[in-house]
Amino acid sequence: MTLLTAQNLSVALAGRSVLRDISLSLSSGHLVALVGPNGAGKTTLLRALAGLLPSDGAIHIGGDALSSLPLRERAKRFAYLPQGHIVHWPLPARDIVALGRYPHGATDPARLSPRDTEAVLRAMQAVDVMEFAERRVTELSGGERSRVALARVLAVEAPVILADEPTASLDPRHQIDVMKNLRVTADKGVLVIVVTHDLGLAARFADHVLVLSEGRLVSQGGPAEALSEQVMADVFRISAYRAEYQREAVIVPWADL
Amino acid sequence: MSVQTATATNEDAARRRIGVTAALAALVVLLVLISLGIGPVRLSPVTVIEALFGGGSDVSQVIVREIRLPRTLLALAIGAILGLSGASLQGLLRNPLASPSLFGAPQSAAFGAVLVIALGLADVRSYALPVAAIIAAFGSVFVLLTIAGRNAGLLILILAGLAISSLAGAATALVMNLSSNPFVVLEIAFWLLGSLEDRSFQHVALALPFIVVGAIILFSQRNAFRALSLGEEAAQSLGVDVGRLRLFVIAGVALGVGGAVAVSGTIGFIGLVAPHLIRPLIGHDPARLLLPSALAGSALLLAADIAVRIIPSTSDIKVGVLTSIIGVPFFLYLIMRERRALSGGVA
Repeated sequence: MTLLTAQNLSVALAGRSVLRDISLSLSSGHLVALVGPNGAGKTTLLRALAGLLPSDGAIHIGGDALSSLPLRERAKRFAYLPQGHIVHWPLPARDIVALGRYPHGATDPARLSPRDTEAVLRAMQAVDVMEFAERRVTELSGGERSRVALARVLAVEAPVILADEPTASLDPRHQIDVMKNLRVTADKGVLVIVVTHDLGLAARFADHVLVLSEGRLVSQGGPAEALSEQVMADVFRISAYRAEYQREAVIVPWADL
Repeated sequence: MSVQTATATNEDAARRRIGVTAALAALVVLLVLISLGIGPVRLSPVTVIEALFGGGSDVSQVIVREIRLPRTLLALAIGAILGLSGASLQGLLRNPLASPSLFGAPQSAAFGAVLVIALGLADVRSYALPVAAIIAAFGSVFVLLTIAGRNAGLLILILAGLAISSLAGAATALVMNLSSNPFVVLEIAFWLLGSLEDRSFQHVALALPFIVVGAIILFSQRNAFRALSLGEEAAQSLGVDVGRLRLFVIAGVALGVGGAVAVSGTIGFIGLVAPHLIRPLIGHDPARLLLPSALAGSALLLAADIAVRIIPSTSDIKVGVLTSIIGVPFFLYLIMRERRALSGGVA
């Protein structure tokens, strides 16, 4: 079922055109990988979809025009995970996850309604962070912190999750953990859009791949189709080793062009 | 960890916060009593309480209620708004080195007030003074946050703050330089040092409304500071209007600091120090820091204002001088602690 659409979306930042004429239609229950070379506009597209920066064109979420929704309502529909899992103060992990309930009016983690408490617990259990709920996030390892950040986003219980490079700077094991968690979330009916540079992870976990190049959407579809040899050569200037392993698509970038 | 233990730990933290806040409030009350009792005539806390509620001798009533009460109320209110402003700016900028005095806000407010005095536009007891101070403070914080941009590092903030306070200092010096009346210049020079001496209820009436409005504005934004712990983008995605929040904080700090400076001159570093004293006690949650930081600010300024009356010296030590003498080394210590973040240029 179509959940999120964009028509002729364009974004200009400081007078420079960053995104041009992007139209897409994405369904709930899908994990969508957003890929492209550095500077292609991936993060900008993610922010524009969440309404975090001004854009031209129309975005619709669940049938409503994004521009007609107040900030609080947008926040309930889009859970946004920025790059880097930044937390500026050494707060307990539980309080960070509880911030996911902020759009629902739970602005104080010490005074959560039973409904908000349950949502926080569900999110923490989903990514297995209960054991360090009371520890300060700044004392956690990179992998643990990424799970807390993910739990915070899950706690919003929004129909759309936008994650900007959630696997960056994680070891392979944790990268796969994060993607698996997002996959499970998508299977529960959430539309998950993930920016990633890892084409292998994109090919393996995504239902749908969007390829951005110089601000334009140049290719989209299932992983094998969207990341065809032609696209890999034109957009990324690489070839790739392709195979199938345990019935999942394998793409290994291999630069020999 | 089970749900029960998580909730229990949470309740422990809440109990601790309430305990710390109550202890701070008790300390403030104690300091208020001492402040009312200290001076050329020393009065015991019992006499002070008696006099406050209309008992005791007429002399002690006059001393406590008319001479010392305005001064004490100002120390209480100004200390509180400075502590609250510091904690709010640190929350807004996610930066433990943010504070009104490092950003040049009191210095700019002082310039606004000095300009009004020197131009002879108003005497020191008209509302023109706090209004000018507030406008100048608003301007300085606004310029600073505009220069700093969305995700400014420590270094940019401190450099911009240094530039703004230097500019305000130079502008104040220029006003004094051009002033033809040496008595006015001398008056301004002493006033700039920051003092609560010989303040009347007129001064209280002049400053308090602005301080109270500023405090209400800042306190109403507390939960947004917590969301900002995740950075501006994430906070915005959670429904915080970051642009509006900035304006509210600038307005709250300007009203509070401007109102305070208009009656007390520049009293620095309370806003920087207070939140740092509180964090080890109740943790780093920027929303929970506000009230205890305000109380700690009150306690610090009350204590400093008591100290200047006790320290034996040939002439009066101004309380603003004392807070800077203590505050600047503390600032140096913080720089040392944050050295790594500073040399990296990022917060």
